[in-house]
Amino acid sequence: MDALITQALDIWYLLPEDWQTLILIVAKIVLILVPLMLCVAYVTYFERKVIGAMQVRIGPNRVGFFGFSLWGLGQPIADALKLMMKEIVIPTQSSKFLFLLAPVLSIGPALAAWAVLPFDRGMVLTDINAGLLYILALTSIGVYGVIIAGWASNSKYAILSALRAGAQIVAYEIAMGFALVGVLMASGSLNIGEIIEAQAGGVSNWFVWPLLPLFLVYFISGVAETNRAPFDVAEGESEIVAGFHVEYSGMAFAIFFLAEYANIILISALTSLMFLGGWLSPLEGLLGADHILGTSSIIWFFGKTAFFIFCFLWFRATFPRYRYDQIMRLGWKVFIPVTIVWLFVEAVMVVMQVGPWAV
Amino acid sequence: MIIDLVFFAFSGLLLLAAMGVIVSKNPVHSALFLVLSFFACSALWLLLEAEFLAITLVLVYVGAVMVLFLFVVMMLDINVAEMREGFVRYLPVGALVAVIMVAQMVWVVGDFAGDTFNGEALQQSVRHAADYSNTKELGKVLYTDYVLPFEVASLILLVAIIAAIALTMRRRSTTKYQTPDKQIQVKRNDRLRIIKMDAEVEK
Repeated sequence: MDALITQALDIWYLLPEDWQTLILIVAKIVLILVPLMLCVAYVTYFERKVIGAMQVRIGPNRVGFFGFSLWGLGQPIADALKLMMKEIVIPTQSSKFLFLLAPVLSIGPALAAWAVLPFDRGMVLTDINAGLLYILALTSIGVYGVIIAGWASNSKYAILSALRAGAQIVAYEIAMGFALVGVLMASGSLNIGEIIEAQAGGVSNWFVWPLLPLFLVYFISGVAETNRAPFDVAEGESEIVAGFHVEYSGMAFAIFFLAEYANIILISALTSLMFLGGWLSPLEGLLGADHILGTSSIIWFFGKTAFFIFCFLWFRATFPRYRYDQIMRLGWKVFIPVTIVWLFVEAVMVVMQVGPWAV
Repeated sequence: MIIDLVFFAFSGLLLLAAMGVIVSKNPVHSALFLVLSFFACSALWLLLEAEFLAITLVLVYVGAVMVLFLFVVMMLDINVAEMREGFVRYLPVGALVAVIMVAQMVWVVGDFAGDTFNGEALQQSVRHAADYSNTKELGKVLYTDYVLPFEVASLILLVAIIAAIALTMRRRSTTKYQTPDKQIQVKRNDRLRIIKMDAEVEK
């Protein structure tokens, strides 16, 4: 065994340095993406279980492994297998290349954004200075998947729904961008690692307190941005057939759903990083660094993210759907003014050195 | 070496995408090619260490402007055959514009322009360390030396926003919509009139 490892190491050092970097980067990407895709699959299971519990149902409980039902844990795998076996029907007169490109464009940005998200101190794929800008840019191109899917389907229903969903996403993106400007002002950095370090020192130092309105706007806009209930008019499962993906079937259809869940995880992770201190422990300073609950670790980050994912599902089980004009009114006439006003308040607080900006 | 390869790959992609914009028959395809060329352009800017400009290009043009542009193009009912009719008629004008633009670029980039763009000046550009923040430097210059032009530009944009809203904010007198509070406050006498009349008898 040892001989095998030394042999492998010898081969490794024989490789040119460029190759070593390339292989390391690819390995890191795989290490991030494989657990992420598993999470995406199991968020669907989690959603059905949580909503089932809230509606006093059982939820999926049959499909297991090797004859054991295991609370239905095999369900996502079975769903994935089923969807992969199905035929992808391509509508006549549709733009075939764009029709197949659209699902890719909708899931790509949701996965690529993870390149700059830190899981723990220093545990990040690329530690770039403009991380926040990169996130903003990538979340803004997710809308192309929706629009292209609607247009390439060559269907009136699909294109109308794509326009609705596109307008909604573009509207809420502005509020999200402004909310992140508040985070940027509070931390003084575009690097996500530095944004988190600026929140160090226990739960009272997290940005959620001075930026409470921005936090609420950011998270609610995140729900609207991912087209989730109560803002899911693009899909409206109980009212209309489906949205922009009405012509899609099989795996092409499933990828839109994977993208939706990947976006849920992304928005939850971003909210916990920007406003709740990411990997930082809330009891930091109270318990001391050697206590297990006082140390900052990746577990806190996962816990906070999981809480926000739960909120997404909780909203879906709780709130009735918004009407489309109400969605647009909320985005343009409530959220954007709120963020602008709070940016002014924050600027005054920074200049007057009030609260967290006291020297 | 690798940087050169990346540069040529993205320049090639940029040229192909730009060709696609003017060559494709379908205007939606043209718009999407334009998006691709923005991406390739942004990658080139990243190679020049202008990460703020590169990401802003994607954020503003790809994420917002082109989305709205696509909205418009998708909603238009364009007859492709009709669009191609005027090709020969407009060719001389287009060719003239192209020649002028090429001449201008040769003038600026070529040897005529002194040492702004010639090879020696370009090689002197400095590679900065990894912790150098392009965004911070841009911000410093923008809010100190160029604060007046910057504010004027923002004012012009504000005027454009207000003008756009003013143009679309028209209330037609023929539009009918419900006002629930008026509907609730309605009394019987507003809707119903009881009149006295003699009984009509059919003869």
